[in-house]
Amino acid sequence: MNDILIEAKNLSMFFPITKGIIRQRRIAEIKAVDDVSFFVRKGETLGLVGESGCGKTTLGRCLMQLIRPSSGEVYLEGENLCNMEAEQLRLIRQKMQIIFQDPFDSLDPRMTAGEIVAEPLRVHTKIRGNELKEKVAGLLRVVGLDSSMASRYPHQFSGGQRQRLGIARALSIRPKFIVCDEPISALDVSIQAQIINLLEDLQSEFDLTYLFIAHDLSVVRHLSHRVAVMYLGKIVEIANRDALYRVAKHPYTVALLSAVPIPDPVVEATRERIILKGEPPSPIALPPGCNFHPRCPIGIEACREEIPSLREIERGHWVACHLA
Amino acid sequence: MNCPYGVRRESQKNMSLLQVRDLKTYFYTDAGVIKAVDRVSYDLKEGETLGLVGESGCGKSVGALSILRLIPNPPGKIVGGEAIFEGKDLLRISEDEIRQIRGNRIAMIFQEPMTSLNPVLTIGLQIAEALELHRGFDKKGARGEVARLLRMVGIPDAERRINDYPHQFSGGMCQRVMIAMGLSCNPKLLIADEPTTAVDVTIQAQLLEVIKELTSRLGTAVILITHNLGVVARHVNRMAVMYAGRMVEVGPSVEVYAHPRHPYTIGLLASVPRLDQPRKERLVPIDGQPPDLIHLPPGCPFLPRCSRRMERCSVEGPELREVGRDHMVSCWADID
Ligand SMILES: Nc1ncnc2c1ncn2[C@@H]1O[C@H](COP(=O)(O)OP(=O)(O)OP(=O)(O)O)[C@@H](O)[C@H]1O
Ligand SMILES: Nc1ncnc2c1ncn2[C@@H]1O[C@H](COP(=O)(O)OP(=O)(O)OP(=O)(O)O)[C@@H](O)[C@H]1O
Ligand SMILES: [Mg+2]
Ligand SMILES: [Mg+2]
Repeated sequence: MNDILIEAKNLSMFFPITKGIIRQRRIAEIKAVDDVSFFVRKGETLGLVGESGCGKTTLGRCLMQLIRPSSGEVYLEGENLCNMEAEQLRLIRQKMQIIFQDPFDSLDPRMTAGEIVAEPLRVHTKIRGNELKEKVAGLLRVVGLDSSMASRYPHQFSGGQRQRLGIARALSIRPKFIVCDEPISALDVSIQAQIINLLEDLQSEFDLTYLFIAHDLSVVRHLSHRVAVMYLGKIVEIANRDALYRVAKHPYTVALLSAVPIPDPVVEATRERIILKGEPPSPIALPPGCNFHPRCPIGIEACREEIPSLREIERGHWVACHLA
Repeated sequence: MNCPYGVRRESQKNMSLLQVRDLKTYFYTDAGVIKAVDRVSYDLKEGETLGLVGESGCGKSVGALSILRLIPNPPGKIVGGEAIFEGKDLLRISEDEIRQIRGNRIAMIFQEPMTSLNPVLTIGLQIAEALELHRGFDKKGARGEVARLLRMVGIPDAERRINDYPHQFSGGMCQRVMIAMGLSCNPKLLIADEPTTAVDVTIQAQLLEVIKELTSRLGTAVILITHNLGVVARHVNRMAVMYAGRMVEVGPSVEVYAHPRHPYTIGLLASVPRLDQPRKERLVPIDGQPPDLIHLPPGCPFLPRCSRRMERCSVEGPELREVGRDHMVSCWADID
């Protein structure tokens, strides 16, 4: 298919755990991303959900080659990024940008808003002087900030405004693909909807493709065309938005959806929910068989022994579960 | 005498445990005076769970910490008001008396369990220490009680895990330990300040069930501080909404969700996407920026973002007034 923008094939990222200071011995590894394959189509938003530490950020960074994966491939418009040299990658990176969770940490406090937004343009283009100034002013307006704010420093902005700055910076070099890593988690509820609307507007205006990482399943449903669910380094389910939210097939997805509290006490009073037992296992000592089996409410014998592979059980609906 | 048993029970349940009146806590900083909590009033009945919501910096934590007199001074100061708990004004009793109440009659659990636990002491030792201090256990007795408490909050293999250090516990398990410690002294009131923000929804659901089950068994009242409107809807009978240091709406949660009366509450509920409803094409945000507490406008602090503003709002700030049964709102507009 030609409409695929970015694709991961058997992508893995294992972090070594070492012991000893002088001669570091490798004693174990964290399988942060473990044999993951998926694609994102041009112009679509793929939502990525899963609990803390399941590998969402690592996956996003591997796609962008901000960390080089342990194995597997990433194709951007058909080109394999994983065997590219640094110089080649630098050029390709213009097509990919990332927006971070914490608008407070991700902006250099000593740079003005204008300098922050201009930075990628300085690095990747030859635009300078007045043209650069105008471009920055335009970008600030696009994300709903006043262009007179260019001379302010990050601490003079609110959280929501700082996130807008991060978005303006990401947009500056006209990327095709943006990894949004929990861009609204640190924001107030009353500001979140502003940023969600902005991301949607920018997507249609600039034909952007998003990987949208988030905890909040209601927000992910609102923004995404397709949704992938991760559990301990693996994608356990991936499907079109409506299919996933209507007929989730993986027991983890089902539990996750039932655990989302609905902001309405009348609805909540009658809602069925599945409270999972136990804690997720440590990513260093994964159980044999399916990673989810120790907490799974419906597991069978085979789940303890055999790792389920991601199978397409309906058109476009992939599930990694022996019972699906 | 001719009072039937059921009615007496009912009136006992309705007994007020905590009455906060006109609480004011200010911070005196170089940049100006931050009115973090400004004339806040609310009641809490015995065994009741009150949800406290509002955006970051609106004064939820400072309001709760003020009741326990845990405000750093300087720069902070409790400037006025009272907090009557079991007949005593917590803001006026002696330092000794308030220390007796902290962690004993009133327990508190915080957002970041990892930072509240001492990393170099085993989990068991830390809980035992609290038990020896507040409940007069001896060393051996404390150890048995610790295991019981850990089992109570659902930590598997409790006897063995007593000897673990905090870093060997996941975030969710540390929060269970905090809950166990908080409830170990059988408090009348538990203040839970964002107890589940650092964990994800499946663990959040587990923790809130534990808190709910234990406090209702022990008859403990709870103030649950959260910014998650879903959590409030699921776990709370009565809720209070704060904005810029003020209480803007208080009432039974069923009532507040069905008929919010303050423009801020209305905007907040309208802005979140809901899984139980068809997907909307577009979200409706509250316009504008969060308030700057040092430079609040005169009158109502929500005014710059309010869609229902009138001339009067910029002149005088509205006080809480009753708009329905047990439902209070501070807004000049008549919204129903
Ligand atoms: N540089 C690193 N070195 C070692 N381990 C790492 C590194 N980065 C991440 N990890 C580990 O990899 C796993 C996945 O982490 P990651 O940050 O990708 O999770 P996440 O799904 O983004 O979590 P969150 O929702 O909390 O942001 C975790 O166990 C984490 O501790
Ligand atoms: N030690 C301090 N010095 C100065 N100002 C403070 C101090 N502690 C709190 N404040 C101010 O008091 C206000 C209320 O803070 P508080 O911590 O109660 O907010 P909150 O509602 O709990 O927010 P969050 O949801 O982020 O926890 C904030 O504007 C904050 O800046
Ligand atoms: Mg992350
Ligand atoms: Mg707080």
